[in-house]
Amino acid sequence: MARLSEANVRLALEIIGRYPRPRSALIPVLHIAQAQDGYVSSDAMRHVAELVGTTPSEVLSTCSFYEMFKRSRPGAYQLNICRGISCFLRGADDLIERATERLGIPLGGTAPHCPVSLEAVECVAACTEAPCAQVNYRYFGPLGASELDELIDGLEAGRLAELPPHGVLSTVLQSPSPDRLAGPSMPEDSGPPAWWERRQERETGKEAG
Amino acid sequence: MARFERRKPTPAEGLEDLIVTSRRHSPDGHTLEGYLRSGGYEAIRLALGRSPADVIAEVKAASLLGRGGAGFPAGVKWGFCPPGVWPRYLVVNGDESEPGTYKDRLLMETDPHQLLEGCLIAAYAVGASQCFLYVRGEMALAQERLATALNEAYAAGFVGRDICGSDFCLDIVLHPGAGAYIVGEETALIESLEGKRGMPRLKPPYFPAAIGLYGLPTIVNNVETLSNLPFIVTHGAEAFAARGAPPSAGTRVFAVSGHVRNPGVFEVPFGVTTFREIIYDDRYAGGMMGEAPLKAFIPGGASAPWFFPEHLDLPLDKAKVDAAGSMLGSGAIVVMDETTDIPRACHNLVRFFARESCGKCTPCREGTTWLEQVLERILAGRGSRSDLDMLADICENISPGLRWPPRMTTICPLGPSAVSPISSALERFRSEFEARIPVRKTLAVKAAALR
Repeated sequence: MARLSEANVRLALEIIGRYPRPRSALIPVLHIAQAQDGYVSSDAMRHVAELVGTTPSEVLSTCSFYEMFKRSRPGAYQLNICRGISCFLRGADDLIERATERLGIPLGGTAPHCPVSLEAVECVAACTEAPCAQVNYRYFGPLGASELDELIDGLEAGRLAELPPHGVLSTVLQSPSPDRLAGPSMPEDSGPPAWWERRQERETGKEAG
Repeated sequence: MARFERRKPTPAEGLEDLIVTSRRHSPDGHTLEGYLRSGGYEAIRLALGRSPADVIAEVKAASLLGRGGAGFPAGVKWGFCPPGVWPRYLVVNGDESEPGTYKDRLLMETDPHQLLEGCLIAAYAVGASQCFLYVRGEMALAQERLATALNEAYAAGFVGRDICGSDFCLDIVLHPGAGAYIVGEETALIESLEGKRGMPRLKPPYFPAAIGLYGLPTIVNNVETLSNLPFIVTHGAEAFAARGAPPSAGTRVFAVSGHVRNPGVFEVPFGVTTFREIIYDDRYAGGMMGEAPLKAFIPGGASAPWFFPEHLDLPLDKAKVDAAGSMLGSGAIVVMDETTDIPRACHNLVRFFARESCGKCTPCREGTTWLEQVLERILAGRGSRSDLDMLADICENISPGLRWPPRMTTICPLGPSAVSPISSALERFRSEFEARIPVRKTLAVKAAALR
């Protein structure tokens, strides 16, 4: 698959510019790549390496550490059923078994008849709505057998079209107007911020006065 | 099917008693308009009228204990930045992933501006010149709410340059994570923020306040900790401390989940409410889900050693819970009733730690995997008596003496955390593990022959 599109390169460069070190933007830029293609391809990793000024192997090293980055194409809908302790106590194991049967795929698989990939995931911080699931990182729950069936029916029938496709994490991006930005604080600027110095002067002035 | 509908406030949650979740049920509490209408961004104006040292003194006096897990006083942590070393960074830990924990996501989704104002106050107090807001990747709505709030706050002059018409400048950069529990550990979070694998650094020397992001002084604070700052600055340390039982001052947000009738997130006075109240009282979790009585509960997230019915009357107080051998940790109370299959629950928790071990330290990388495999064998009915001793032996190797807080054999507490559920369960429910171990036929036959 592809390198980043022109528009995505512009977005990536804008994000990289917010950090004191380009490499710090690696995870956010990998998210841009995943939003573009639905997964992080080898070509995208090479391109990202150029953008943040590191090697493709360093990018792979980081990319492979984090659960959310997929290096092969999943379905447009990633159905993640939580198996954390709170969901486990409320029947997550039955839910997971039912989902594998309904979709006819093992955990980690993608259904042949609809664009749905299935995973059992660790606690997603919705313990009071247990057992719960996420589709493309949007929450559903609490889920009983019938609610799960309804959710899967909806996915199979393409009724959850309002959900952004897998890879698109946030539909709103931070986009401050450039004239409002204070700018990144570079490690080389080895002094305190200007406002801090002015305040320290004022304080010492007060003490002296 | 409905997406999550937030629960209506219960009578216990009178708005006047709340500090951080006061806008939780307000339909527009997450917008700039709603925030300003309820006193928002007044605290940063007040703070800017005082010296940074004054603000630190106020937070120290408030005895604001860190709400991320370790419970270290925030004001004291701020004081650890070495003098004369610049620039300094502020990093917000919004990577909430401890099983059973659900509070930071609620605060980020329902009151993002309160968190941003907390960031401004903290950065002003310590002299930070840039702030990074690290939010767990899986929380799409929290990312959207924070991005919207940041865009609003930048446009309105509350974030960025010349904040509130003063000379104070601060950029807050929203940084999405990508799924790794270990990144909740502050040095791993810094590694991740440098674009690397999230593997913890050794402390000492890498205490973030001295050697953090890019090797520079870095304050890492939890979302709930920072969300308390606007209240402390506006109402003062005394008003804050008056709501708890100092040194457990203020309120704390607890998520009660598992086998309870009304699982929920509750903000209660810190150090006052007891486990019995928060689990059984109708104003909170409302008691057990069914007929079965309580068997055990986890007082502070998956890492914490378990508590049992005899601990119910302990208050939710840091010192008292620590003294009883566990921790309040991340404010996650997970309740298990008598129907709970303890070996399976243990396996569930251990599997989590084995999956999430970053692999840097041998005792954790190997130990958690071995624990998981031995438990799997026992659950499959293929265990032997010696397996129980082996579990205890592996636990002892990861966490010598099985104390809490642990004696460290690893860089971070993830390994010892995996030991907590097993050592708790083996001590209390050993017979449930033994019942899973088949009596060898040959031995039984021999025994019969001998009789």
